Amino acid sequence: MAGSGYFTEETPSMNVLTRRAMALTGAISLTLILAACGGSGDDAGGSNSLTITANAIAGGKNAAQADWIEKWVIPQFTKAQKAKGVDVKVTFRPSGVDDEQYKTKLALDLQSGSGPDVYDIDGIWVGEFAQAGYIKPLNNVVKGASSWDGWKQIPDSVQQLATFEDKLYGIPGGSDGRVIYYNKELFKQAGLPEKWQPTSWDQIIEAGEKLKSVKDVTPIQLNAGTAMGEATTMQGFLPLLAGTGESAWADGKWTGATQGVKDALKLYSEIYGDKLGDPLLQKEAKGRDKSFAEFAAGKVGMLLEGDYFWRSVINPKGGVAPMEKRDEVVGYAKIPAMTAGSGVNGQDFVSYSGGGVQTINPKSKNTDLAFELMKFMNSADAIKKQLAGEARITARTDVNDEVLAGDPMLSFVSKDVLPVTSFRPPLAEYAQVSTLLQEATAAVVDGKSPEQAAADYAKKLEGAVGGAGNIKS
Amino acid sequence: MTATDIKATRRDAAEHGAAVAQARRVLRHAGFYTFICLLIAFFALPLLWLLAAPFDSAPGVTVSLPDFTLRNFQVLADNPYALRSLGNSVILAGGTGALTLLFSALAAYALSRVKLPGRDMLLYVLLLLSSIVTGTAAMVPLFNLAFELHLIDSQLGVILILTGGMLPSAIFILKDFMDGTPVSYEESARVFGASPLQIVRHIVVPLVRPGLATIAVWSVAQVWGNFLVPFLLLRSPEKSPAAVVMYTFYTEGGQPNLALISTYSLLYSLPVVLMFLFVSSRYGFRFHGGIKR
Amino acid sequence: MPATSSPELEAGTPAKSEDVERRPEAPGAPSNRVQAGGDAAGLGRARATAFIVPAMLLIAAFLLFPAIWTIYLGLTDYRLTGLAAANPQFVGLDNLQNALSDDRFGNSMWLTVEYVIGSAVIGQVLLGFAVAWVMRERRGALRRLVESLLLLAWVLPGSVVAFLWIALLDRDSGTLNALLQTPGTGWLLEYPMASIIVFNIWRGAAFSMMLYAAAIGNVPPSHLETARLAGASTWQQLRDVVIPRIKGHILTNLLLISLWTFNDFTPFMLTAGGPDDKTEIMPVFIYKLALNSGELGFGAAISVLMLLFNLIIALFYVRMLRSRKDDAA
Repeated sequence: MAGSGYFTEETPSMNVLTRRAMALTGAISLTLILAACGGSGDDAGGSNSLTITANAIAGGKNAAQADWIEKWVIPQFTKAQKAKGVDVKVTFRPSGVDDEQYKTKLALDLQSGSGPDVYDIDGIWVGEFAQAGYIKPLNNVVKGASSWDGWKQIPDSVQQLATFEDKLYGIPGGSDGRVIYYNKELFKQAGLPEKWQPTSWDQIIEAGEKLKSVKDVTPIQLNAGTAMGEATTMQGFLPLLAGTGESAWADGKWTGATQGVKDALKLYSEIYGDKLGDPLLQKEAKGRDKSFAEFAAGKVGMLLEGDYFWRSVINPKGGVAPMEKRDEVVGYAKIPAMTAGSGVNGQDFVSYSGGGVQTINPKSKNTDLAFELMKFMNSADAIKKQLAGEARITARTDVNDEVLAGDPMLSFVSKDVLPVTSFRPPLAEYAQVSTLLQEATAAVVDGKSPEQAAADYAKKLEGAVGGAGNIKS
Repeated sequence: MTATDIKATRRDAAEHGAAVAQARRVLRHAGFYTFICLLIAFFALPLLWLLAAPFDSAPGVTVSLPDFTLRNFQVLADNPYALRSLGNSVILAGGTGALTLLFSALAAYALSRVKLPGRDMLLYVLLLLSSIVTGTAAMVPLFNLAFELHLIDSQLGVILILTGGMLPSAIFILKDFMDGTPVSYEESARVFGASPLQIVRHIVVPLVRPGLATIAVWSVAQVWGNFLVPFLLLRSPEKSPAAVVMYTFYTEGGQPNLALISTYSLLYSLPVVLMFLFVSSRYGFRFHGGIKR
Repeated sequence: MPATSSPELEAGTPAKSEDVERRPEAPGAPSNRVQAGGDAAGLGRARATAFIVPAMLLIAAFLLFPAIWTIYLGLTDYRLTGLAAANPQFVGLDNLQNALSDDRFGNSMWLTVEYVIGSAVIGQVLLGFAVAWVMRERRGALRRLVESLLLLAWVLPGSVVAFLWIALLDRDSGTLNALLQTPGTGWLLEYPMASIIVFNIWRGAAFSMMLYAAAIGNVPPSHLETARLAGASTWQQLRDVVIPRIKGHILTNLLLISLWTFNDFTPFMLTAGGPDDKTEIMPVFIYKLALNSGELGFGAAISVLMLLFNLIIALFYVRMLRSRKDDAA
């Protein structure tokens, strides 16, 4: 047999191999043992060190914010503290993923008892994070938190974002508002006015009917279904529900198959039953991206979105679906209530808002220093530095007055939309309720009657929120 | 019927037979090439986007002739994490691949050659459990385990956890291989006085080398595409692999920046493709045992 | 001296293979498979244990332990946030009961079965086998090209592959619609399950191809030659000569790709489970539960149910494997 003589001699290479294997095995078991018995060394570092995180990363998602933190906040804050005789070390832990993934990772960190000292969360998570004990009311964590002079600049409606059960949990970072965008060129072709502000749902439908005459145009993009995710609830169903005078959660109960829910679903059925919207688009995994691209290409008449759409999507400078002539072509209008005065609090117009909140880890060893950092980051100067000349609705009135002056759209949202806006219920169950609402809209788009879809929704709602006792119908 | 007629008929028949055989061969060839062409089209068609989009100044989710630009590559080169993340992917995939290969080969050989009570059952149970751990539901236990072991933000932690998850499948495949190689060689080697370790090194490893190559490529490809484990366990982006960094090329509202994503996809795919080409040319990637061909 | 430099040890060289093939015992493949407890290399229990221990340690620490923990989580109402995060309650088998009475679970289970049978058991196995069979006697560029393309689909990262297929199947200007002259066909919307099945065949056929190429390579050519001379059609050759000999490989292949496909999450990136849950297979369902609504206890319970289902598949295959061994004996 070939190579038979080979085995009689001792080959060094083999020993090397086995020795290496043994060493590797040993090293690994050693690591395990060491790690298991290792002391309680904390990764927090020295006494004056802070870790801060946000869903932002250089060169990726929210890059401007990441750059601002790394290149301006940290050095300036360190310098300012040094002037006071305090040596601090601030570390930024960037992220830059999908919001749900960011939330999962942050929650995993927090449930293990670790996590960064200061972190950004979405305002909608405040309730569930508070219930889980991941955040505590600011006044419990930091002495004299309410004496910060910045609070005067943040309107009560915006402070709502960081509030749960009447307690403030952090500093809101900014807000936004939902409007109806429309394409003025298409409106002109359809014989509609270029300056347009509907005052009832009927007028939206009317405009949609006229837009049908323009070739290859989808008159209305009203987000529906589960593929659009939260965009369906936030940019679709909830503003409509607010237009009927109701909200998804009120007086300690979730809203079931109420008249308002049925009315909102009825508008969906009118739009999609009458081919004013593209039902297939609502089902595509990348449907939202596509609806943006279509709007940018002048193929969509009206679209409900937040001001994010104006800033980051159709922005001729750096938007993902840039529109060269955005400022001339794109109009925007407030979302009307079903009929004048039928909205929440008897309003004629409605909107929904969200926004980020910066909070403190109650387990942080340096809560006072952490709050110092938060105050620093939320000062007017710091925020203006972050914007770097870009217009964006911040939490502070003094900053907004200055930076929004050059952008009529964002001023419009700040002045006309925010006063009539609503916020989502900051409860852990909301995510499931939102999914159920998305499913209800999907069912209606597929041809189910609004009454039936509402009834199905109410039935599933029982399972999600713990029984019929928690539901108002 | 005259004799010539008969002859002609016979000749016709013979010709006919030959013609039928010929036709059948042509037909089979035609069938073969049709099948191959369809196969190549099926497998190559989706790859077009990867060739066109990275060079397009404004790529969409569709394939089109690019408005040629190399700017996207420049943007990526300037990104502080993009290129480094490819190196991290190599560390994670290489480490996991090496550990998986070494430990699964040793275990598979022992399980194949030595009778241990309940070994088959054990393997099945582990194989099934690996499906739980690779799913999303196990993220809390995995995270807390890593946290207790101080393996958070450690590439070693990611390597160990991924290896643990892949070992059962790797052992299963390799054991199947080792079972399939005849023991006669090992027996003769023993007769000639080789030690068990020598036998493993010089007889068994070469025999199952294509299997080892397969496991290597499989494990590397698995790690290369894995997002959740490194994402959850690593904190610093300096240590994050490409799978995680790719997810950062989205806007605040979740819209993909296709110019960057497509370009990065190309860069991200190249190393695995090169690895595959290397392994297949160097080690004979196919499962051919080389013994009983 | 480095062992690899020895030409005799370059296994798989044709010279050696042919040499071996003439050995009397070689063709009878089943008899050559190791009998239990062969220990041909004289490994001994101690060394065998030492070989197994590192793998088992890693598996115990990073697989067994978290898996058991997950099973325990499945007995609670644990969530990542909210009240149930601070104070999870032990709910016993409630989660399982809820899952079994939940339409979404039933729907998802059924879709998963369709997906596994369509894409793995039928698609990948047949295509993989077909490619291995027609390529069995080919060498050279064509074979390399075909194999490389298949393997490329197998090794590319899932997130990249998802974009490739979205570009292929897009409703308005997808490559497929352009080729077939069917503008406006939303493949992922109108034929969602068929689309992800075809996608997964594309994605995973390579593994089956490799395994069957090896298996067919192990069938002695003389046996096939005999069958061919006896006038057996291709189908008869397959049925009487090839398949009986590669049954073991077929079953290993089936077991692995079924389990893998059962746990495959990639379709999520193509369809996000839609339209209307029509592609919400188990891993997607669990992902949505765990990440979107944070219901980790419930998600863990469903993972356990999935495990039980996988167990049934495995037992079914093992039974077939047993009967194969009995046949051989």
